[in-house]
Amino acid sequence: MAEESHIKIVPAGKLGYSFRRHLRERFIETFLFMSAVLSVAIMLAIIMMLVKESFIFFQHVSIWDFLTDTQWTPLFDDAHYGILPLVSGTVVSSLIALLVALPLGTIIAIYLSEFAPFTVREVAKPFLELLGGVPTVVYGYFALLFVTPLLQAIFPELPGFNLLSAGLVMGIMIIPYVSSMTEDAMRAVPMNLREGSYAMGATRFQTAIRVVMPAAFSGIAAAYILGISRAVGETMVVAIAAGMQPNLTWNPMEPAATITAYIVQVSLGDLPHGSIGYQTIFAAGLTLLLITLVFNIIGHVLRKRYREIY
Amino acid sequence: MQDNSDKKNEPRQFKSEVKNLNFYYGGFNALKNIDMVLHDKKITALIGPSGCGKSTFLRCFNRMHDLYPGNRYEGEIILYPDDVNILASNVDPIEVRMRISMVFQKPNPFPKSIYENVAYGLRVRGIKQRAILDERVEVALRNSALWDEVKDRLHHLAFNLSGGQQQRLCIARALATDPEILLFDEPTSALDPIATASIEELITDLKSKVTILIVTHNMQQAARVSDYTAYMYLGELIEFNVTDTIFIKPKNKQTEDYITGRFG
Repeated sequence: MAEESHIKIVPAGKLGYSFRRHLRERFIETFLFMSAVLSVAIMLAIIMMLVKESFIFFQHVSIWDFLTDTQWTPLFDDAHYGILPLVSGTVVSSLIALLVALPLGTIIAIYLSEFAPFTVREVAKPFLELLGGVPTVVYGYFALLFVTPLLQAIFPELPGFNLLSAGLVMGIMIIPYVSSMTEDAMRAVPMNLREGSYAMGATRFQTAIRVVMPAAFSGIAAAYILGISRAVGETMVVAIAAGMQPNLTWNPMEPAATITAYIVQVSLGDLPHGSIGYQTIFAAGLTLLLITLVFNIIGHVLRKRYREIY
Repeated sequence: MQDNSDKKNEPRQFKSEVKNLNFYYGGFNALKNIDMVLHDKKITALIGPSGCGKSTFLRCFNRMHDLYPGNRYEGEIILYPDDVNILASNVDPIEVRMRISMVFQKPNPFPKSIYENVAYGLRVRGIKQRAILDERVEVALRNSALWDEVKDRLHHLAFNLSGGQQQRLCIARALATDPEILLFDEPTSALDPIATASIEELITDLKSKVTILIVTHNMQQAARVSDYTAYMYLGELIEFNVTDTIFIKPKNKQTEDYITGRFG
C-alpha cells in the first residue's frame, strides 16, 4: 500500500525519532481539538449575546416584574413585561405534545424493538424517520388547516387558533425522535438479559416491561428529555396554529403565544433595533435557554445515576 | 453408583426421554438423531468440543430456540410424568419454561434488587401475596447458599454482588419457581476457581430436589459433579453412560481421545 511506503521498519541500532510522523500526528490532534473548541465557543457566544442583551432589558424592567406580572404587552402603549403568559403558553402546548409523544413513542419503540419481525422493522423505521424529516412549517399548516377544523367538529366553540391543535400536532412531530431513541436504547440491552427473562417463563410483554425497559432506563430518559426539549423549543407549529396573542391561561382550548412564537413575531416585525420592545426577545430567549438547560441537567443526572449496567 | 443407564428401566425413573431429536438452524442440521434420557433427580453432563451442539441441545429442553426465527425441531423430548412431547407445536414454550428453568453461562441478573430478581419468576406467574413471595425468596436463597450473604441487603441492586454471588443469585432465581429440571449452560466458565467450587458444591446439593442437565467445557467438572455423561461431537451423541464408565472405560475410541485430551 502507498500509505505504508514511508513507514519504514526501524532497523536495530537506528531507534530514533520520526519528525514527519510526529508533525502529522500533532496536526490531526490540533484539527480535532479545534473542531471541538468551535462548537463550545459558538455555544458560549450565544449565551454571552443573550445575557448581554438581556442585561440592557433588565435595566428598564425589574426581574421581579418580569417574573410576576401577568401581562405581556411590550408593544402596547401601556407596556407590561410579565413573562408568565408566554411561559403558560409554552407549558400547555408542550404538555399536550408530550402527552401524545411520550406514550405513543414508547409504545412504538416497544413494538419495534421487542415484537416486530425483522422485515416490519426494516420498513417501519425509515418511514418513522421520514415523519421527523417533514419541515415543521408543514406541520404548522397541517394543525391550522386540518386538525383544528377536525377538532371544531367535536368542540364547536374552539377558536381557529388554539393550543390544543398545535400541541397535538407537535406531539405527532416529536414521536419519531422519542420512538427512535427509545428503540435504540432498548435494542442495546444484551440478549442474555432477555433470555434470562424468557427462561423464567415470562412473555414478550413481561420481558419488555419488567426487564428490557428498566435496563434501558438511562437511554429512555435521554429520549424523553430530548422530546421535552424539542417540545419547549418548537416554533413554527405554535406560531402558525396557536395564535400569537400572549394569554395567561392553562386552558388548551384558548389561543396563546409561546416564548418561541413571540420571538418570531418580534423578529419579523418592524421594531427598531435597540428599542425596549426589541430587547424583550433576548430576555424571552434567555428564559427559554434556562428552561431547556434545566431539562438537560435533569437528563444528565438521570443518565449518570442509571447508566447502563447490564 | 448403580449402572441403571440400560433401557430395562421403567420410564418413570426417567425425568425425560429424547427420541430421535434433530434440530436445524435454518438449513443447518445442528443436532443429528439424538437419543438420550435424563434420569430423575440425577445430574447429567454434556461434554464435547466447542461447536459440537451441546448448548444447542440444552436449549431444546426449554424451547429457547423458539425465540429466534428460522429454527426447527424434529423428533421428541418427552417430559415425565406427563408423557408429553415438549417440542410439539401445541405445547406452549412458556409453559415448558415454567417447569424447566435455566442458568446461563454469564451471570445475567436483572436490573432489579436481589429480592426482585429471585421473585421474578413468581411475579410473572402472577403471584402477588407478600407472604408467599417472602417465603419462596428466602427458601430459594437458602438453597442457593446465598441467604447469609445477602439477607441484610435484599433490596439492594443485584449488580453490586460479585460474579460468583450473581451466578448463585441466578440459580436462586431459577429455583424459586420449583422447577422439575434445571438446565445449566457452562455456569462456571465466567467465574474464578473459588466461585466455581462453590457453584459445583451447590449443584451437587441440588440433586436431591431437581433433575439437572449441565453443559460444561471442563471435563474435571463433569467428572466431579455428574452421575451421567454424554459426549457429543459435530451434532451427534457419540456416547452416553454412567459418568464413571465414560471417564474410566469409554466404549468409543472418539470419546476416549477426547477424555484423555488427545483432541478437543
